[in-house]
Amino acid sequence: MSQGMSAGATGRAVQREPAGARLWATSVWVLVGFFILNLLALIATVVVNSLGTRWFNTWLPEGFTTRWYFSAWDEFQLSDVLIVTFQVVAAVVALAGILGVPAAYALARRDFPGKRFLVLLFLLPLLVPPITFGIPLATVLYKVRLAGSMSGVIVANLVPTVPFVILVMIPFIEQIDPRIEAAARVFGAGTGRLFVHVLVPLLAPGILAALLLVLVRTIAMFELTFFTAGPDSQTLVVALYYAVYAAGVRAGQSIDAMAVIYMVTTLVWLLIALRFVNPAQIVGRAPREAR
Amino acid sequence: MAAIARDFKTLRLDQVSRRFGSVNALEDVTLEVERGEFIALLGPSGCGKSTALNCLAGLLQLTDGSIWLDATRIDGLKPEARGFGMVFQNYALFPHMSVRKNIAFGLRMQGRDRASIARKVEEGLALVHLETQGDKLPGQLSGGQQQRVAIARAIVIEPPLVLMDEPLSNLDAKLRLEMRGEIRRIHDSVGSTTIYVTHDQDEALSLADRVVVMRAGRVRQVGSPGELYARPAHADVAEFMGFRNLLAVPVARAGGGEAEITLGGARLKGTPVEALLDGTATVAIRPDDLVPGPDGPIRATAATVEYRGRDFFGTARMADGTELYFRSAARVEPGEALRLGADAARVLIYSGAKP
Amino acid sequence: MSTASLAARARSERPGLRIVLARHGIDGVTLLAVPSALFVLALFVYPFLYGLVLSLEPKAGGWLANYVKFFSDHFLYETIWNTLQLAIPSTLVNVLLSIPVALRVRRMKHQRLLTAILVLPITLGTVLVAEGLLNYLGPHGWLNRVLVDGGLIADPVRLIHNYWGVLIALFISIFPFTFLLTLSYVTGIDPSLEQAASTLGANARARFRHILLPLLAQGLAINFCLTFVQAFSVFPSAVLLGDPAGVTRVISIAAYTAAFEQYDYSMASAIAMIMGFSQLIIVAAVLASRGLVYRGPAGGAKG
Repeated sequence: MSQGMSAGATGRAVQREPAGARLWATSVWVLVGFFILNLLALIATVVVNSLGTRWFNTWLPEGFTTRWYFSAWDEFQLSDVLIVTFQVVAAVVALAGILGVPAAYALARRDFPGKRFLVLLFLLPLLVPPITFGIPLATVLYKVRLAGSMSGVIVANLVPTVPFVILVMIPFIEQIDPRIEAAARVFGAGTGRLFVHVLVPLLAPGILAALLLVLVRTIAMFELTFFTAGPDSQTLVVALYYAVYAAGVRAGQSIDAMAVIYMVTTLVWLLIALRFVNPAQIVGRAPREAR
Repeated sequence: MAAIARDFKTLRLDQVSRRFGSVNALEDVTLEVERGEFIALLGPSGCGKSTALNCLAGLLQLTDGSIWLDATRIDGLKPEARGFGMVFQNYALFPHMSVRKNIAFGLRMQGRDRASIARKVEEGLALVHLETQGDKLPGQLSGGQQQRVAIARAIVIEPPLVLMDEPLSNLDAKLRLEMRGEIRRIHDSVGSTTIYVTHDQDEALSLADRVVVMRAGRVRQVGSPGELYARPAHADVAEFMGFRNLLAVPVARAGGGEAEITLGGARLKGTPVEALLDGTATVAIRPDDLVPGPDGPIRATAATVEYRGRDFFGTARMADGTELYFRSAARVEPGEALRLGADAARVLIYSGAKP
Repeated sequence: MSTASLAARARSERPGLRIVLARHGIDGVTLLAVPSALFVLALFVYPFLYGLVLSLEPKAGGWLANYVKFFSDHFLYETIWNTLQLAIPSTLVNVLLSIPVALRVRRMKHQRLLTAILVLPITLGTVLVAEGLLNYLGPHGWLNRVLVDGGLIADPVRLIHNYWGVLIALFISIFPFTFLLTLSYVTGIDPSLEQAASTLGANARARFRHILLPLLAQGLAINFCLTFVQAFSVFPSAVLLGDPAGVTRVISIAAYTAAFEQYDYSMASAIAMIMGFSQLIIVAAVLASRGLVYRGPAGGAKG
């Protein structure tokens, strides 16, 4: 049958991209590059300053030293602040998990009247920025005398994190075949044992992801802690704010040393989290499957 | 946008290849298509048929080879410059546009005036019998209706070539049969040149003027449906075309356009399709052609039997345990001893062992 | 339970309460959501209601005195304008710029690396970004240094302790969020739609205009709202990097001052209410205009 004549012309087929399209693509990448460059530069400037002796009118500091870190450690009582920060963050992570995961399970597995209302209720603290509900929240906490102490800070930080855990966990739970649970129940497991022996092991990666994200977000959560913390219950980011605010009084390098310590704390946990999560989930967006 | 030779004579693929990393999705595909032909690209999943279609459309670039429309080389052109109509497997109807707007889209891109667009859209709707659905959104249509909109959309731009990528695979069986007829009817009435990708051999055989059987990125055979049905050129093509009895057997005698092979201890006359090189061959027999009779050479015991209305379809085991598929006009009981035979012209013999 | 009593219960006409509830999807599992629900009700919804009531019980004057005071005091009501002046441009720029970047990035192979870098500002938080910009954008900071030494300008440009610093901070902090949102919408569009459009003769511009943009419009409206709400709540940047007594005196600063410097919780609540309400108006306006655009799924519709 006809198989066609073999012509002499072979070789690569090339798509000619019009100059306009290439220009457009290049300018988009230039924009992204510019953004990233400035971002890295502003981070670098903090790091460099914290390591400099004196830096006024030159590209780089006159000399380098690490003494600012030690002075910042004492000046800002960073050991206490760090302990407070970790206590707060640990409590928030644990409580958000304990409250949020079972709630996510209920929402993923049951359909009941008022479910849509409940979903909206859980969405609101994520859509409304912390400032807007932070001030009314702080007012209430002051009224019940929780504000100004670590408990107040923990409670305040739970408000956006519990819904966040729920939002992140629901797709994970929906992925688990409900028939596995049905099988467990048929063999006699009540809800408690179901959780412990079947669900938590299956959900472990999802729970880990959600809790790591909560951790990273809570370390950086400023407004809620700012409004509810007392002098003994400031987290690192709030202490940093006060330091920058009073910048005239303190040495800039010292403040930047503290800023670097804050950055390192956050980034270490971000890097750990990135092993388990897609970066897009930090804003609560589950990534779509690649085609 | 310049129209590419709407009246062309020949489309030619010349040693077309497409590589993805280390995988050769297409290798040395060479094919000539005359204007007005209905060509089916047939093969199992992963054989490269959809890749070939996407290369023709310009959605994929070639890593080697070239594509020609008469004397014009077109593989360097973007899809929007080729002007081929394409019907996608998932229809790809624009969800935010009405049926009319969907069909009109290609005409708008061609820069026609409003009146002419409106006229052609009505023609398109009439062609696929959807005159009353013009203002609906795709989400409001059934699968079959969406399919027809997709076809109309590709046809109204009067493309030199219509490309169809498994357009019926998402429809239920009954609709598929109906739409099959529609597609051929539209091809005939419009006089287009169609290249149709499918994994369903019934579809290919019933629709196409010529069928291109592909496997692992290569063309295995090109021929008319009759040729492909009765005389597949290779054992793997035979397997795909429904020759379910495909066995490695020793050659007893070969020569003079005839051959005899040994199957189940008995000798069976057959027709060699390839040159028989060494002592082993692959024999291919359609289940429909293997029937029990009083003096069939192959002795076997019936294993399972299915009732199919007009006849029975069954499996039988030979003494050495090999399974054969056969057809019987009369009822056969499992466990019955059978003597199976087939016409020599229907027993095809290929060289070497089964691929 | 004995067979007899089982049978007796089966014979009775009314099903037990547990069964009725279970039919509606309410059982022990559903109750697992109750603690979280109560928590959110108590600590999110209630404070709003409490704040509303509190705002209507001012220290002096009739029940609307706080609101009257806000809208008659120039120093107070101009905070809305100050905030809008920052929020609207930054939101528009963020949303519009996120479109071409997302369209390019969706075809990338190493999206994760790029996304991780872009997520840095969110991870680091607004305070750190503000401190970094204070250094970087300062008169002797690297940016000015590059511009002056490179001969582009004669004197350092003033970018801190004014409007521009805050605007830049808003852009750096919020663009990653906007971008990720746009990216998720863009990847939700079935690629075969663009392929179909190109076989029908549409070039890249036509595909963007007729296919991508209409299908993205709904998502972009939501993106605008979420981004705007974040930008409107700007606080530490405005204080540290801006001019908190002047042009960048945003409404959150007014609320904070009332609560923690003047200890007038009633007024602070009133300002918080006004702040929430302003956001709501703009969001509602944007969402209402959604009715004008296509709102269905962006995948190729299958019957």
